[in-house]
Amino acid sequence: MRKAFNVKHYNGFFFIACLCLFILYSPLLIVMIYSFNDSLSITKWGGVSLRWYYEVFYGLESEKFKLAAWNSLIIALMAATIATIVATAASIGMIRGGQFRGKSASFALISLPIMVPEIVTAVATLIFFSAISFKLGILSILVAHIVFCIPFAYLPISARLQGIEASYEEAAQDLYANRWKTFKHVLMPIMGPGIISGFLLGFIISLDDFIITNFVKGAGVETLPTAIFGAVKQGIKPNIMALSTLLLLFSIFLVTISYVIGKKGEDLKTKNNKGDKYEV
Amino acid sequence: MATGVGGGRTISSTFSPVKIWLLLPSWLIIGFFLALPVLLMLVYSFLTKEFRGGVIWEPTLAAYDQFLFDRGLFGDDPPKIEWKYISIFIRSILQATGATILCLLIGFPTAFFIATRVDNNKIIWLLLLTVPYWVNLLIRTVSMKFLIRDSGPLNEILITLGLIDAPLKLINTNLAVQLGLFYSYLPFMVLPIYAALERYNFTFSEAASDLYAPKWTILFKILIPIVKPGIIAGCILVFVPSLGAFLAPDLLGGAKTFMIGSLIEDQFKGNAGNWPFGAAASMILLSMVMIVLIYYARAQSKEQT
Amino acid sequence: MNDKKINSIEVTNVTKIYNTGASSTKALKNANLTIYDNEFFTLLGPSGCGKTTLLRLIAGFEDITEGTIKLFNEEIVTLPPNKRPINTVFQHYALFPHLNVFENVAFGLRRLNKEKNLIEKRTMEVLDLIQMQEYATRKPNQLSGGQQQRVALARALAPKPKVLLLDEPLSALDLKLRQAMRVELKTLQRETGITFVFVTHDQEEALSMSDRIAVMSSGQVQQIGKPSEIYEYPANRFVADFIGETNLLNATVEKIDGKSILCRLPSGQILNATSTSKVNSGQKGIISIRPEKLIMKKQSSNERDLKGNLGQSTYLGTDTQFKVFLRKDLSLAIRMQNSPSTSDIYKLGDQVFVSIDDDAARFLIN
Repeated sequence: MRKAFNVKHYNGFFFIACLCLFILYSPLLIVMIYSFNDSLSITKWGGVSLRWYYEVFYGLESEKFKLAAWNSLIIALMAATIATIVATAASIGMIRGGQFRGKSASFALISLPIMVPEIVTAVATLIFFSAISFKLGILSILVAHIVFCIPFAYLPISARLQGIEASYEEAAQDLYANRWKTFKHVLMPIMGPGIISGFLLGFIISLDDFIITNFVKGAGVETLPTAIFGAVKQGIKPNIMALSTLLLLFSIFLVTISYVIGKKGEDLKTKNNKGDKYEV
Repeated sequence: MATGVGGGRTISSTFSPVKIWLLLPSWLIIGFFLALPVLLMLVYSFLTKEFRGGVIWEPTLAAYDQFLFDRGLFGDDPPKIEWKYISIFIRSILQATGATILCLLIGFPTAFFIATRVDNNKIIWLLLLTVPYWVNLLIRTVSMKFLIRDSGPLNEILITLGLIDAPLKLINTNLAVQLGLFYSYLPFMVLPIYAALERYNFTFSEAASDLYAPKWTILFKILIPIVKPGIIAGCILVFVPSLGAFLAPDLLGGAKTFMIGSLIEDQFKGNAGNWPFGAAASMILLSMVMIVLIYYARAQSKEQT
Repeated sequence: MNDKKINSIEVTNVTKIYNTGASSTKALKNANLTIYDNEFFTLLGPSGCGKTTLLRLIAGFEDITEGTIKLFNEEIVTLPPNKRPINTVFQHYALFPHLNVFENVAFGLRRLNKEKNLIEKRTMEVLDLIQMQEYATRKPNQLSGGQQQRVALARALAPKPKVLLLDEPLSALDLKLRQAMRVELKTLQRETGITFVFVTHDQEEALSMSDRIAVMSSGQVQQIGKPSEIYEYPANRFVADFIGETNLLNATVEKIDGKSILCRLPSGQILNATSTSKVNSGQKGIISIRPEKLIMKKQSSNERDLKGNLGQSTYLGTDTQFKVFLRKDLSLAIRMQNSPSTSDIYKLGDQVFVSIDDDAARFLIN
């Protein structure tokens, strides 16, 4: 029997898709596997062991990495928070502001950090900080991160707001809420999933940044990516692989949270769930 | 009036009066910490270099001059074209193009395959595709380096299987860099093509088939032209970042594969740097990117009229 | 019946223009109307006529281009919606999806900073009024369309507004439910004594529920009056045509004899009509006659009766609709109730006579 004709089927595409996934995952899986390698040499397999994970947390370089990780975390939390607040305000202004002069210029400005190549942003920021004698360190990193986190937070927040009808705000105003109360009691809760997505996106982007951070961090400060880069330059050591695996798992964890929250947002609109006891 | 999900309006006058206040923080932050610095960078590209980094405020075309011309030791000789830097730019364009083509060859069939799956499977495939991209780019590039280096697992496996006798010299080659760029930006090719294919009506393919067209003809004469906007979007999303990339060329390449990103980085690290030159190179890179983006935006708006 | 009428809403010379300049649209042109207290007032018209625009101007969601609106003799055009003691029932309800029924209904009271006990008491009171107390903890997406509609109603009534605005609240419901809600809304208005301003494009709805109707078209108020007035004495062609069915015939005034106006049809025949406007002899206009006011007969001795041929006959269960051609290009629609004696006596092509009551025809000047 001849195989049924299907316009959606092309020979070889399945193979290429599998190849694609294979290429994407194999480097990461190899690193994960070798992170459990008992041997000192990274090329010879010596049996399964957790020694390199131990090394990450307690070994020679662990202090350096711990400090770098801490810096990355603090900066990411603060940058994401500030960027989310700014992006939320901006998206309300852009999407609920109607047509106004300079609206497209506004949008271009908000997307600017995404459109300018990272290295150009890094150079420009370094030049600027040096020109105004802004001392390079944690604060300079933070400022640079806030700038590029804003458009990343803006994307999911504004997408969510686009889908919300204006009648909720009108209803709130009709029922005597002023602008702030309308935002606090109606708009913000409904925008919730978008705001959280924006925060998570900004958090991950900040956590992962290398190029810009490398330029504006000055000599004494390291974030996790810059610390790892520095270590890799001296040769890939097994503890780097253990660290990489940990970061890999952490990233997957964050994605899962983001996905779960996104799902919950859909529930608000469609699925059945029990309401809470009403407040008196 | 614009409509939202439920069919209602999405324009309201609740927040219109305060929109300036709402937009001001983002305007100030991005304007002051990005737009202004870029302008400053433009200015710096016309200043004189200071020996230990930084600049002397004396306007000069030295940076651009150095980029294009070789003025010899004393500056009196007639200027020869300095190919060193121009070739770096050309190589970057070629590398970025190579990465884009690789992404297209692998990404298009993948996007097509996923778009033609049953709904539930689609989500699984998309998830599988994007999970690696939540991992830090640095870590991904390092993993790629670990994998393909001379004594790395890839070569070990190939030797063990008897497919090759000596390790493939993959590291420090153009191919390695393109592989690295491909690895970095693949989903940016797949996702726009996938989105365009989702909107594609397969009835067109059926109609073409009804009119005696074989499958591959359908692909190239019907499907691809219709899905072209998505393909172009994907290409731009891979090409532009690849042009200015730093990590892949730096970790996977070597002296022979020097690209713009590394060239610029060199100017600002340590004491041998030339800030105006770095600024000039950045301006040239930025202009190239802006030209591509503006051209794309123009083409987009033409499509819609 | 109250003899003394208090004006709750006065709309004076209101114009609304969207987007000044090349792409501007005039949604309302010099609209004037007065709504009384404790009245069920309907704004009726086809889509685009300006009825929703007017409602939104009263609520405060849009700004007036020209004119004023007064609420119980006080100007409200400068007040934002949250300062007007007016509440709205939205077309798609706009129930806050993240709050349960109780919290939705209590929302306005909370924003007005009413005392906790009062909020609880009043909210339960209103929920009782619409018979939804058991659903207090449910979320909107767990309710049916009809239930959501009632909650939207309760939410707007809870803060005891001076006027309640309803923007096509029944349009999303199916027929049976819609008919049931019409009765409920009417009863609710009577019980609460609040002025209801109701917007709809469904003329049957308007006729059955309203104390008075304002018929609108193209941004202007065409006629205001009681349902029976609008139906029996339409002010112009649009109203005559929009409400119910009617025959429209070009006619010229021949002679005026006190209240009756003798008109000549293009086919030559003479009709007796009445008019609510002042007309002159020789004036050209339109005659409107409702199909149910015409009687078809096999024979006639009255010279005023119109002669014609039966062209179409459509059986509708309770009635039959006939089409009689007075001339090749001039026909009348006639509707007569079916009874055993009238069935089957008319065959297509038969010559018939159409008789018109003296009071049936209306002469309209535009």
